[in-house]
This record gives sequence, structure tokens and C-alpha cells, in this order.
Amino acid sequence: MTQIFVYVTHVAGVADDIASEYITAAKKIDPAATVTAVVTGSGADLDKVADSLTSKYAEVIKIGNEALAYPNAEVVRKALCNVLDKSAVVLAPHNTFGMDMCPGLSIKMDSAFAADAVDFEGVADGKLKLVRQELGGAVSTHVACDISNGAVITIRPGAFAPIDAAAGGKVTDKSGEAGDLTAKRRFLEVVQAEVGDVDITKSDVLVSVGRGIQEQENIEIAQELAEAMGAVVSCSRPIVDAKWLEKSRQVGTSGKTVKPKVYMAMGISGSFQHMGGVKGNPYIVAVNKNPKAPIFQVADVGIVTDILEFMPALTEAIKEM
Amino acid sequence: MEILVCVKRVPDTAENEFQLNSAGNDLDRDDLVYSVNEWDNYAVEEAIQIVDKVGGNVTVVTVGDSESEEVLRREMAMGANNGILLSDDAFEGSDGKGIATILKGEVLKGKYDLILTGAQADAAAGQVGGMLAAMLDLPYASLVNKIEVESDTTIKVGREIEGGNQEMNEVDLPCVLSIQTGINEPRYVGIRGIRKVAQVEIPVKDAAALGIDPSSVGDAGAKVKRVDYFVPELGAGAEMLEGSTDEIIAQLIERIKSKGGLA
Ligand SMILES: Cc1cc2nc3c(=O)[nH]c(=O)nc-3n(C[C@H](O)[C@H](O)[C@H](O)COP(=O)(O)OP(=O)(O)OC[C@H]3O[C@@H](n4cnc5c(N)ncnc54)[C@H](O)[C@@H]3O)c2cc1C
Repeated sequence: MTQIFVYVTHVAGVADDIASEYITAAKKIDPAATVTAVVTGSGADLDKVADSLTSKYAEVIKIGNEALAYPNAEVVRKALCNVLDKSAVVLAPHNTFGMDMCPGLSIKMDSAFAADAVDFEGVADGKLKLVRQELGGAVSTHVACDISNGAVITIRPGAFAPIDAAAGGKVTDKSGEAGDLTAKRRFLEVVQAEVGDVDITKSDVLVSVGRGIQEQENIEIAQELAEAMGAVVSCSRPIVDAKWLEKSRQVGTSGKTVKPKVYMAMGISGSFQHMGGVKGNPYIVAVNKNPKAPIFQVADVGIVTDILEFMPALTEAIKEM
Repeated sequence: MEILVCVKRVPDTAENEFQLNSAGNDLDRDDLVYSVNEWDNYAVEEAIQIVDKVGGNVTVVTVGDSESEEVLRREMAMGANNGILLSDDAFEGSDGKGIATILKGEVLKGKYDLILTGAQADAAAGQVGGMLAAMLDLPYASLVNKIEVESDTTIKVGREIEGGNQEMNEVDLPCVLSIQTGINEPRYVGIRGIRKVAQVEIPVKDAAALGIDPSSVGDAGAKVKRVDYFVPELGAGAEMLEGSTDEIIAQLIERIKSKGGLA
């Protein structure tokens, strides 16, 4: 029987959605597994999140300390290393916290490590079979992960269906076992993202451009289409990295979350970090010259063509309406 | 400041349409176009800018075969001072921990104040930097989008977190950082720049030279192994519009209208 610990991230005492997604993930690893939720933090927020998790998990471990008030990956790692059984499977979210903490945690626990699992296909001969993606989502792979001496695995947020099992569990306080929590990396502050000139979250229609736009001058082509549609231009991350548009126009996990009625993905491949910012089930139009682009799997309607020719033609047709 | 930047030669996602081989267990690698991992260019640029400010040297290192030399030369053409190739048949089939173990061998041979990696590479695991740091007992920060050198003993580091917010940290040196895209604007490298470094000698180090037990790396040491590649069928997929441009546009406008996207 597999022992699974799931590390639940939370904000101000409210557990992230991942808390319900772990239950599905753990079942897919081993339906007979013992699953224990683990939370770290301090004060009333920690008590609140730990108590809330007893409705989903039979056992909840809380580790409280002033040094854990902000989730500094180095400090959390130390606490988990001291509290958790090293032969267990530890799950964490594949987000900016999980990416920060988990590779190092696997070394300190002398466990196997796998990142960004999107599916599990059970354990055979001590090896867990999991599915993950490579090359920007263009291909998937099956990976065999030897969990016989423990494993640390990050799972993709949103990839596993949330379950709200009624557990009526109990909280165990292991704060006393956290050990030395001094760190060589010290958290200072969070600087909020800058507010831009337009608010892309307010628009019902977004004309969103990706690396397929190719050159800075071509942004204007998208702007003309947006104007004709009464829409606003948004973009993927590489466009912001290149400084062709402001950060406030970036859609995705490290940008804005948008909920338009219609989302026009123009020359965007459809990475999960980008699509993670597209919520509310909009009608997604994808135009991409690569028929195998992952965006076509999540879009409602797709066109295989060059956006630099297609967008001006569409703009003209709309103007003539 | 002595800076080591770990880089990787990867299939270029912008230049390739990925196909499976006839056996269906690997990519068809015959005609793939390779380049430097996107994130690594930002790491090398950042290292060069730091050295321009405070002095020191930038060394680029990669684990790979002789073909990986080209990515070292490209980064040297950007301005890195030295390149090192870590190569041995025993390294083949390494998982993330194996690669980190090999790099650790090189780190222990040198004297580096700062070790940079890209935030992730082609396998999108983002694992090597964090593992290397933990093995060396050095502090680590991932997804770094700002570095300010404060003194010989500490730096100030910004990490990009959800929503594009920035988490500021003070980190003791030496440390390992993984660099996120957008931290800078990597300089352009022309053919002439590459030619200038074409003759520079790049030392090659094997497991023995690095003092690594071959059974701890490569396929032998890997706890995590890729079984196969496949192209998933996710959901129904998009309705694909075909025909002349005029026909496609007419159909598209109709659909957008019905979804409330056009008046
Ligand atoms: C921690 C982290 C956070 C991230 N956060 C975000 C985020 O918030 N938002 C985000 O977008 N990304 C984010 N990324 C990056 C993400 O992983 C992808 O690299 C990025 O989304 C790719 O952008 P893209 O689709 O525009 O470019 P690519 O993946 O390069 O795709 C370009 C597409 O354009 C097509 N194309 C090229 N030319 C044409 C043409 N002329 N006509 C039609 N099609 C064409 C190509 O076929 C390709 O499919 C993040 C990454 C990490 C590691």
C-alpha cells in the first residue's frame, strides 16, 4: 500500500483548488493508498486551512512556525524533510512554488522526482507510470518512476478532476518536529504586477497574438482586427519578453486570467501556462500554420493558415459587413 | 564574480513539427533542427551583464555529445569567456538527478560564486538547478527575473510568481538560480561572432575527470525513465474550417456572431 502525502498550498487560510484535485491523482496512483494532507504556515490562517481540509482528508498534518508564515521554499523543504516519511510519495502543485521547492526536496529525501504529471496509470513492480508533456506540449510521454524508496512528484494544476469526498478527518499538529528552520534565502516582499493602460480582463473579445506574429511591426495587424471587432489585443508571454506589448496584456499563469466570450488565439501554440489564463469556457478560435499545434486540441474552431495573411483578410471582411 | 551557466542543446519548438518514428517510441530525430534552450540565452545574457558590472568570468557548461559543442560556441560568441563539455557514454540516459550529479562534479572542480541554469528546457521539468543546489547545500531560487548584486556575500533576487507578481528574496552567495525568460533582452549573435570563437579550445571532461561513479549517472543511475512518446487525443478537438479564404472567413464570422463576439 502506498503512503501519499499531498502538500496543500493556501492563501490566507483558504486552500488552493489543488486540494480537491490531489484526491483524484492519488486514486490514480493507487486506489488503496493512505492519503494525508500536509499544510504549513502560521497562526489562525494555518488552523483555518487545516480544519477545512478535514472535510476532504482523513488525516491532516499541520506544521506551524513564524518562519513558515510566507511559503519560502527552502524553509518549507526543511520542515517537510523533518516531518515526512522519506519512503512515501509526496505530491505538490507544478506551479511557481512547487517548481521552486520540489527538485531540492527530492534530493534531500533521496527520492525519485517527476515534474508536471498530467495523468497516472498505476504502480507495477515498484514503478509508477505517469504521463507528462515535453516540447511545449507538442508531444506526451509515459514515464516510469521508481517509487520504491519514495518520490516527489508535482502535478499540473487543473489536470485532475476535483473530488469533494466527505472525510471527517482529524488534524495532527507536528509543529514540534519541524526542526531548524534558518535559511540561506530570506523572503523580503511581494511586488505586485504593474497595472497597464488597458484592462484585458474587461473585454468580451480578445485578439491574442503569439510568437507567430513574428515581428513587432505586425502587432498593428492584430490591432486593426481588434478595432474592427470592437475587441482588445492580448498576447502570449514571448511577445512580452520581446517587449512588443506590455506585461499587463499577457494571458497566462504568470500573466492575467481572462474570461472573454470569444478568444482569438493567433499564432499561439497553446501551452498549458498560456491556456491556464483562459477561463470561463470562452469560444476559442485558433489560427495556426502548424496543423499539429496543441492549441487545436482545446480550441472550438481552427484554421490552418498564416495569420499574417488571414488577419488582414478577416479585418476587411468585418469592415464590409 | 565567477559565474557558471548550465546550458542545453534542444530541439527547437519553433522550427520543428514533431513526428514519432516508425516504431512509435521516440521522436523522428533525423531532420530535427536544434538550438540553445530558450531560457539559457537569458541566463547567459544575465551572467555577462553581471560580469560587465562587477568583473569576473562567465563559463558555460553542458552535458552532451560532441554536437553540443555548437551551443557552447554560440554562448561564447555572446560573450561567455570559457566553455566546458561534459561528455561520456556513461552519461547517456541520465535523469534529472543524473545530470545534476554530473554538473556537481564540475562545480566542485571550480570555484563559482553564482551558478545559473534556464528555468526549464525541452523536457519542461525545471529540475536540474534545484537538485544541483540541494546536492551542494547551496541556496536556490527558481524563475528568477531580477538579480541585484548587493555585496560579496549576498544578492537580491526577484522571482516571478503567479499573476506576474514578483517575490523578492535576499540570498547568500554562492547560490544557484534558475532564470526565467524576460529578465533581459539576450544579445544577437551573428555568423561573424560565431566564427571568432570557432577555433577556441573547449575542454571535454568525462566521468573519471569529474570524479563521478559511472553507476550513479546515466541509464544505470536513473530512477525516472521515459518509456515512450505519443501524441494524445485530447477531447474532440477543434472544428477545422476548410475551403477558400472567403469561405472560411464567412463561416468564421457566422460562428463568432452566434457566440456574441461580433455585433
Ligand atoms: C513558469 C512559467 C510561466 C509561464 N507563464 C506563461 C504565461 O503566463 N503566458 C504565456 O503565454 N506563456 C507562459 N509561459 C511560457 C509558455 O510555456 C510558452 O513558452 C508560451 O506560451 C509560448 O508562446 P507562443 O504560443 O506564443 O509561442 P510558441 O510556442 O513558439 O508558438 C508559436 C505558434 O505560432 C505558430 N506560427 C508561427 N508563425 C505563424 C504564422 N505566420 N501564422 C500562423 N501561425 C504561426 C507556430 O506554429 C506555433 O504554434 C510560462 C512558462 C513558464 C516556465
